[in-house]
Amino acid sequence: MTSNANALIPEEHGAVAGLSHDARGGISNPILGMLLFICSEVMFFSGLFAAYFTVRAAAPVWPPIVPGDRALTEAYNLHAEPWFAAGLTLILIVSSFTCQFAVWSIRRGDRTGFVRNIAVTLVLGIVFLIGQVYDYATLGFGIADGTFGTTFYTLTGFHGAHVFGGAIMLSVLLYRGLAGQFTSRHHDAVEATSLYWHFVDVVWIALFSTLYVL
Amino acid sequence: MATTTLPRAATGYRSGLYEWVTTTDHKRIGILYIVNSFIFFFLGGLLALGIRTELARPGLQLVGDAALYNQLFTMHGSVMIFLFIIPILAGFGNYVVPLQIGAPDMAFPRINALSFWMLPLGGILLFLGFVTGGAAQAGWTSYTPLSEDMPLASPGAGQDLWLMGLVLIGTSSILGAVNFLVTIFKMRAPGMTLFRMPILVWTVMVTSILVLMATPVFTSALIMLFIDRNLGGHFFNPENGGNAILWQNVFWFYSHPAVYVMVLPAMGIISEVLPVFSRKPLFGYKAFVFATAAIGALGFSVWAHHMFTTGAVYLPFFSFMTFLIAVPTGVKMFNWIFTMWRGKLSFSTPLLFALGFLTMFLIGGINGAFSAAVPVDFALHDTYWVVAHLHYVLFGGSVFGVFAGVYYWFPKMTGRMLNESLGKVHFVMMFIGFNLTFFPMHQLGLAGMPRRIADYANPAWNDLNLAATVGGFLIAASMIPFLWNVFISRRNGPIADWDPWQANTLEWATSSPPPPYNFDRLPEIRSERPLFDLRHGRTATHAVAIDAGSAPPAPAAGN
Repeated sequence: MTSNANALIPEEHGAVAGLSHDARGGISNPILGMLLFICSEVMFFSGLFAAYFTVRAAAPVWPPIVPGDRALTEAYNLHAEPWFAAGLTLILIVSSFTCQFAVWSIRRGDRTGFVRNIAVTLVLGIVFLIGQVYDYATLGFGIADGTFGTTFYTLTGFHGAHVFGGAIMLSVLLYRGLAGQFTSRHHDAVEATSLYWHFVDVVWIALFSTLYVL
Repeated sequence: MATTTLPRAATGYRSGLYEWVTTTDHKRIGILYIVNSFIFFFLGGLLALGIRTELARPGLQLVGDAALYNQLFTMHGSVMIFLFIIPILAGFGNYVVPLQIGAPDMAFPRINALSFWMLPLGGILLFLGFVTGGAAQAGWTSYTPLSEDMPLASPGAGQDLWLMGLVLIGTSSILGAVNFLVTIFKMRAPGMTLFRMPILVWTVMVTSILVLMATPVFTSALIMLFIDRNLGGHFFNPENGGNAILWQNVFWFYSHPAVYVMVLPAMGIISEVLPVFSRKPLFGYKAFVFATAAIGALGFSVWAHHMFTTGAVYLPFFSFMTFLIAVPTGVKMFNWIFTMWRGKLSFSTPLLFALGFLTMFLIGGINGAFSAAVPVDFALHDTYWVVAHLHYVLFGGSVFGVFAGVYYWFPKMTGRMLNESLGKVHFVMMFIGFNLTFFPMHQLGLAGMPRRIADYANPAWNDLNLAATVGGFLIAASMIPFLWNVFISRRNGPIADWDPWQANTLEWATSSPPPPYNFDRLPEIRSERPLFDLRHGRTATHAVAIDAGSAPPAPAAGN
């Protein structure tokens, strides 16, 4: 490069001034973007939870008792049989761990370990989704069955949609990992996806605690 | 050095629709935002003319039945808010923010394009209601149970299309907010510390935080209403254990912060315009920044002042917080007034529109603080007083700010100056038309005229309504000199050099229009007015950046 006496901007900034700012250190753009997006997702679920607690507070008893419909009353009583959902919770928690193992692997540059852990995470996510579909099919109440059904399916449904979205992101990671596109230095997509997956996991823990325990 | 010469990166715009549809350049996307918003502004304006024509005289003349009138005001409000004022301010942010912080583009250019293209799609969904048996008609607030799928409420597809359109538009806002925040936090040029950022960048930052935290809550409300309407849900239906007030709480939890989303960037625009045309720095830069942050924070604690009359909210708290939020707004008023105080004012069109903002927003702010008192609000709730207040802050404030921005940055965007005489004609017509339309609404409100009625039988309201209608058409007529101005100036206006206004901020340190990569060189940034420093020899890059028209060539490979 010819040196220009007038150019006060250091040479590494070059013609496209500002392009190299990303390299100044600190959090990278995609990861910061994902964190901010997760903030908005937290607010989205806050809106749904606010609705849930509003209708729950207004109900005389919760889970509701439907006079003359013993089957529905029993179906509403999720607290009595939380074991299947607890199993799903365990699956998601384990998947969060394997996801983090994948992140640590790629940070070390261990591509094999990364691919294995991401594959396990993806399988666990899919198992969770299948479990949720099975659960929906056997619950004994639907989305139109009172405020209980409406809130239950809205909350768990939107969580399920987020797990589905996360599974797609994990599939992309798996594909790109198999193609060898990640290194210990270049794996922002992995870090961002893992943050999202942990977020989805935490939402489920909050949902399980609220719907089945609280 | 013998090296292969790579083809130079595109340095000039190629023409063609394809280039515009596929662009990821923040400047082009910004212009797309602005043009798209103006199209919806004119559509929303036509709906408003329909409303005003109907109300010019008692009786039903224009609309056959009141349901069509309901669609007119519902769509007018929704279009102006969600498809005009919020997106056009995002458009200015898109165009100006990366330039002002010395960045080559937004942080995520492709997500930027995605956020734009969701807007026309969402707008089409909203308008599709008119051809599927009636658009949404529950008001832009869509209160339940009015918006529920019930007889005498909102049966039909219009309301569902409204919900889907707004989910799209909201998602566009959220993605845009993430993009702005990452851009502002991570892409600033060397030397551009947070407290050297132009005020517009600060306001876009606070706006983005509001969008990020509030819009998803609105999305959740929209989806809950959609579930109620289409899947048999019971969120808002009290008959089955739901809660109709829940909608109002969740809706206003978004829509009150959203009024600051609609006005903060406009405040940022006039905070750019006033110092430049007063030849003075902004008075109290830090106070302005903290006032902006305070408005953002307090904005989350005042939503229930829209719900005083429901009896379901704690009145003293929300009344107090509403009065409190007037304080940082008042601080800004003094920032602006003392910026102009003893300045060397040049009354160009951008300054006129900024003054329009200042005076009209002051009226809107005062009559807003007035209604923050609970007993006053009980008397004025749902009257035309509210319509007057809303338009004095949103039209008198934001829209005047938008036009200040159009006249200020048009030379940067197109490389041509707008005609000053036509600009002044536009300002005078719009200013008179605006006051003629909306000032009588104060009196109509005090006289008890409710909002959202298609017909009235009180002779005392006749003259004021007619005046408002005449004013409405005057506003519409003021768009003619504006559009003519844009049309002729874009072709034949005087060529704008890099910095036609002798401005302060970095967007004027590059050519007009800027190259796709924005800057060949950046001046040193030692204060919030880098170009002022440069012009007055405080920093050393004087010769380079000010020398208009002799942009240094991009370094070719191998030299």
